[in-house]
Amino acid sequence: MVEERFVQGNEACALGAIAANCRFFAGYPITPSTEIAEQMSILLPKYGGSFVQMEDEIASAGAIIGASWSGMKAMTATSGPGISLMQENIGYGFITETPIVIINVQRGSPSTGQPTMSAQADMMQVRWGSHGDYEPIALAPSSVQEFFDFTIKAFNLAEEYRVPVTVLADEVVGHMREKLIIPDDIEIVTRKRPEKVDGQYLPFDAPCDGTTPMPAFGDGFNIHVTGLTHDERGYPDTNDPDTHTKLVERLCNKVLMHRKDICSVKKENCDDADIVIVSCGSPYRSVGAAMKKAREEGIKVGSLKIDTPWPFPEEEIAEIAKTASDIIVPEMNLGQIVHEVERAAHGEANVHLIGKIGGILHKPDEIYDKIKEING
Amino acid sequence: MVEKESPYKKYLREERLPHIFCPGCGNGTVMSTFFKGLEGTDIDFENVAMVSGIGCSSRIPGYAKCDSLHTTHGRALSFATGLKVGNPDLDVVVFTGDGDAASIGGNHLIHAARRNINLTVICINNNIYGMTGGQISPTSPKGSFGTTAPYGSRDMPFNLAELVSAAGASYVARWTTTHPLQLSKAIQKGLENDGFSFIEVVSQCPTYFGRKNKMKTPLQMFEWIKENSINKRRAEKMDEAELEGKIIVGEFANNPHAELTDNIKKLAEENSDKPLAIKSAFEELD
Repeated sequence: MVEERFVQGNEACALGAIAANCRFFAGYPITPSTEIAEQMSILLPKYGGSFVQMEDEIASAGAIIGASWSGMKAMTATSGPGISLMQENIGYGFITETPIVIINVQRGSPSTGQPTMSAQADMMQVRWGSHGDYEPIALAPSSVQEFFDFTIKAFNLAEEYRVPVTVLADEVVGHMREKLIIPDDIEIVTRKRPEKVDGQYLPFDAPCDGTTPMPAFGDGFNIHVTGLTHDERGYPDTNDPDTHTKLVERLCNKVLMHRKDICSVKKENCDDADIVIVSCGSPYRSVGAAMKKAREEGIKVGSLKIDTPWPFPEEEIAEIAKTASDIIVPEMNLGQIVHEVERAAHGEANVHLIGKIGGILHKPDEIYDKIKEING
Repeated sequence: MVEKESPYKKYLREERLPHIFCPGCGNGTVMSTFFKGLEGTDIDFENVAMVSGIGCSSRIPGYAKCDSLHTTHGRALSFATGLKVGNPDLDVVVFTGDGDAASIGGNHLIHAARRNINLTVICINNNIYGMTGGQISPTSPKGSFGTTAPYGSRDMPFNLAELVSAAGASYVARWTTTHPLQLSKAIQKGLENDGFSFIEVVSQCPTYFGRKNKMKTPLQMFEWIKENSINKRRAEKMDEAELEGKIIVGEFANNPHAELTDNIKKLAEENSDKPLAIKSAFEELD
């Protein structure tokens, strides 16, 4: 039965995790994400799940990876300072191909910054924060409903591609209250488990753009999992350039070569648009009103909302850059995603940043004013 | 000379041999005593999962024929916490060293002990960073030399067994590689204890600690450890000055009490009509 609720974004996230069959949460209190941990501590025992408050965010990231190898869908939630602490273990998640979900409710940064104020400060940290080459998946919700939906989707993508997936929310989405519709036909992806085999089992023997089924510890496969460069048996092989190249290229390709399946954007009025507003996460909330006001004045404005900042929807941006003369990028930072938009636009459209920090979401008029400025 | 095959070879990933440990390293003794201790319990080796961090001792799980998680530096206990809480039926053993457990992983160590989570931690304390080439560690004795203490260490070393006992672990023992029988017995007790068990093994690193501290051969190191070891019962009658530089061996805690995964299970039973969820990743929605 479809259920309607009026809830806070962080609560919707916890409900989404439970709906996705997440039964393990490890976390550490941090504003503005704490309500997710609080909700999980209430909900998990009711679903037979396990909640552990860890000593810090480093431990939280380690615990969810350990739990994932025990066969659980596992999640943590944090904000900028915690994300910074988690980076090393997130990198371990990439090289060991461990499905985990990390919720990042972004706040004003750098450092302790503005704990109670909103920002999109970590868009690039999620992309490049841990050392080395890897291709992350991230989803950016702009509403309470999307925070619920994208949390479920994050678990599905994590299982499908065996990668850490981040939900890049922000304080606005985390703390606002809206209507949430919980559908009765939620699709979830279950983990592919290897068949029992006789003879030698190769846990990391995957095609060059793919991954392998993943056993749980205790399933009898006697698997070795290491953060060192490893061969298809999972055994360390750190001095062979070919082993390293093959492994790391595959870790990247398994996401990049499935970009079309992973990327999601929402386009409105783009077909005839001279100006397209490219937004991601909360700033999208102000796009509609600005677009409507401009359209009423005869200015052809469209909107492209990026649901998945990572992998970046390059083709979709390249496509609108061919038809639009200008692209406006409102971001709650001093310019992060705008560089990706510029790169993908290949100089075919003028790209304008509306970078806003301080913690307050863009007002529709701030976007409208930019439209007017461009329109001359 | 007739080469005698180890009775514990069956527990090894033979295709990974030879191992990377230096000649005279204590890690082999610790592995043998571990398998001996394990055989004293009714634990099925198939049910054992090993977790480790970074360092020489952390390479041990890579040679054992069981599920093994070789994690990031200092964080083995966090990963092990997730693994054990995720599936409390697993027998989770952590191999770590003095740098891994007490320096970079010190916070995780005291919190895992505080939670009394049912893990068995074997901490091989060789008083030095071996993997990176002989830097002093948080357990290096005062006055000992390392590549980062060319004039002798002036830092106060940690007493790990006392630290972990104070943090709340339910079983704590310290032995050395010169006490294989007592060590395997302690490991057996640790494996059987339903709670956080910490077995510190003072071990020799002739390659780095020995070379820097005028004990170039494994035998010299062995003798140094043996001569300085003193039983806890005897040590209790001695004063601080007499105990300077001594290795106190014996049991430091044997105090079973409420365990983390039992508490989580009880909480789930009290609040849900379903059994504790395990392996939820493989399950379809109801």
